[in-house]
Amino acid sequence: MRIFLSYSFSALATFIHSFLAGLISNGMFLLVTEMVITGVSLIVFLVLLCFFLGYMERRVAAFMEIRLGPNRVGPQGTLQIVADTVKLLFKEGLTPDSSDKFLFNLAPFIMVVASMLVVAPIAFAKDFQLYDINIGVLYVSAVSSISVIGILMAGWSSNNKYSLLGAMRSGAQIVSYELSVGLSLISIVILSGSLSLGDIVKSQENGWWIIKGHIPIIISFVIFVIASTAEINRAPFDLAEADQELTGGFHTEYAGMKFAMFLLSEYINLFVVSAIAATLFLGGWMPFHIGGLVSFNHIMDYIPSSLWFFGKTFFVIFIIMWFRWTFPRLRVDQLLTLEWKYLLPISMVNVIFVTVMAIMGWHL
Amino acid sequence: MRGLIGEDILTEEGEFIINMGPQHPSTHGVLHLKIWLDGETVKRIQPNLGYIHRSIEKMSESLSYRNFIFATSRMDYLAAHVNNEACALTVEKGLQLEVPQRAKVIRTILSELTRLQSHQLWWGCTGLDLGGVTPFFYAFREREAIMEIFEETCGARLTQNYMVPGGIMYDVHPNFQKRVKDVMIQIKGKFEEYDNIMTGNVILENRLKGVGYLSKEDALSYGVTGPTARASGLSCDLRKSNPYSAYDQVQFDEILDTGGDCYARYMVRMREMRQSVSIIEQLIDNIPEGDFQAKTKNVIKLPKGEFYQRVETPRGELGVFIVSDGAASPYRIKYRSPGFSNLSALPIMAKGGKIGDLVAIMATIDLVIPDIDR
Repeated sequence: MRIFLSYSFSALATFIHSFLAGLISNGMFLLVTEMVITGVSLIVFLVLLCFFLGYMERRVAAFMEIRLGPNRVGPQGTLQIVADTVKLLFKEGLTPDSSDKFLFNLAPFIMVVASMLVVAPIAFAKDFQLYDINIGVLYVSAVSSISVIGILMAGWSSNNKYSLLGAMRSGAQIVSYELSVGLSLISIVILSGSLSLGDIVKSQENGWWIIKGHIPIIISFVIFVIASTAEINRAPFDLAEADQELTGGFHTEYAGMKFAMFLLSEYINLFVVSAIAATLFLGGWMPFHIGGLVSFNHIMDYIPSSLWFFGKTFFVIFIIMWFRWTFPRLRVDQLLTLEWKYLLPISMVNVIFVTVMAIMGWHL
Repeated sequence: MRGLIGEDILTEEGEFIINMGPQHPSTHGVLHLKIWLDGETVKRIQPNLGYIHRSIEKMSESLSYRNFIFATSRMDYLAAHVNNEACALTVEKGLQLEVPQRAKVIRTILSELTRLQSHQLWWGCTGLDLGGVTPFFYAFREREAIMEIFEETCGARLTQNYMVPGGIMYDVHPNFQKRVKDVMIQIKGKFEEYDNIMTGNVILENRLKGVGYLSKEDALSYGVTGPTARASGLSCDLRKSNPYSAYDQVQFDEILDTGGDCYARYMVRMREMRQSVSIIEQLIDNIPEGDFQAKTKNVIKLPKGEFYQRVETPRGELGVFIVSDGAASPYRIKYRSPGFSNLSALPIMAKGGKIGDLVAIMATIDLVIPDIDR
């Protein structure tokens, strides 16, 4: 009962480990088996999550646009996205004749792999983390930028002028906005004194950083959400796709499952940046604690940690979807102006404030 | 720079040519623009027409004076009432026919309803072109109410064919007055919502302000008319300068702006929507009793001569020029469509802008492609 109430997954993990250890004696082989099990369950989880995000996006869009959204296939339209996936599976995965066929077919997989890799250090619940890398924040910002290579590859190999323009736009965009994302991440790293996501969550035991960090961290949070929306190419920063200008941008020539791969990676990216925002600024799986109020904190502990994590993540996801359905798109030069003239200087000054705050110990 | 299949993708001057259309999401139809780019910057544009040419003018030469009007519903399909009215007015001018007062007022109300729904569609499509999908649905909510009035009045929603030489085809539905009043109240309450979602948005203002400048002189020399020209300060509202139907009986001011950019064009149309509501409200309670159609002969024959009449469509000045040799069908018909002249100013407006600007300019000119090609 005590184990259950602590909502810890370590008992489950230990049980599975000892069960497998009983079956497999070879240590190397045991490790590989466990990795395969983890990897497969992660991929299944992410794909199901993307199904849900696709459904959620349609319902949020419908809510914003005074219409109903999918409500026919399955209960409340929940199976609509499954039907769409089946449709995409049966479509011909067309490869244009004059494209660079190897790169053209490789690009969607690079996108998906890059976005799936970022999930590794995220803590989904208490003691439920694939791999707590000690340089977690650095790993996240490094791996997430691989996706730009996928986009450039897709745009170049399609041999389509619209695709090329879209890829060039996205190259400029992602590289620029990475700076602001990095600086907002650094402000949390300065305060918590660790690059490991597990330690960052633990450092928020008596208050989330967005509350403890006063105004500078609120600014970092806002900049992080804006810049990461741009980094994952979502409206109002979806210039790389820009259907009204470039008819689909870098994925103009893609069809069937190859196109679905881009969608999959977009939704995984959406989840990942929201999860990172929730972990760093909103306490990750850490319940809402106020330093000193022991009984209040105890009540909060009764809500499972995974619920806290997903609640916060979906809150950020909803905000990013809200952007998409209410804002027009920026122009390409305005996009770069926003980053280089506003977000980057503000984050630089902000990092100085945060550093002073950390040195003086002004944060709670 | 070499492309994948080895051919040079740049011209000798280092320009990158892309063909926007005839199938493209932001050309709103089968318009083809050949664009010379330097990076993202537009250096030159060449519009290419003819993809939806149906030779309506030539076809009309073999149709009677009653029937040729119906082909014009397919020209500017968002302003079918106004197109029909222009043709009917020209024929009436030739016959020197006095139209009953009731028909005049109903024609004016329907024309203003047409302007309102056309501007609403434009507003939604502008949002769509600039990358925001939501305004489209808001615009269609009110537009649908107007389309239902059209449906009840004349049985059609898009190609109405309601205006005939001498007046209107049938009398309006008994519900007409009440429904129009209800819809006006509904729409007036929603203008604030339109402003909240689009007009005050900082991204929208950045996208439109200072973009696609058209000077008053250029507007005049390119023959630009309608809201596009009025946003450049060119006074060209035919409802004011050459009133037809019942426009001389209502109080309204010509809406002018001096900005000349996309934002000015946007604001002119937004204000015109409010003005149309005011015109309709002035007329809806004062529809006189009486005939809805003047007596005409079964076969209309225009006297020998040339007749010209112009009206203000939601997009600008539509001129109808009929040459008659006294027979039962016109000898020659020429339409001066607003879209064609407005499109001719696109290359000077878009020059030096980005691709995103080009889309914004096309949205604020409010092009309807079948109107350009006919």
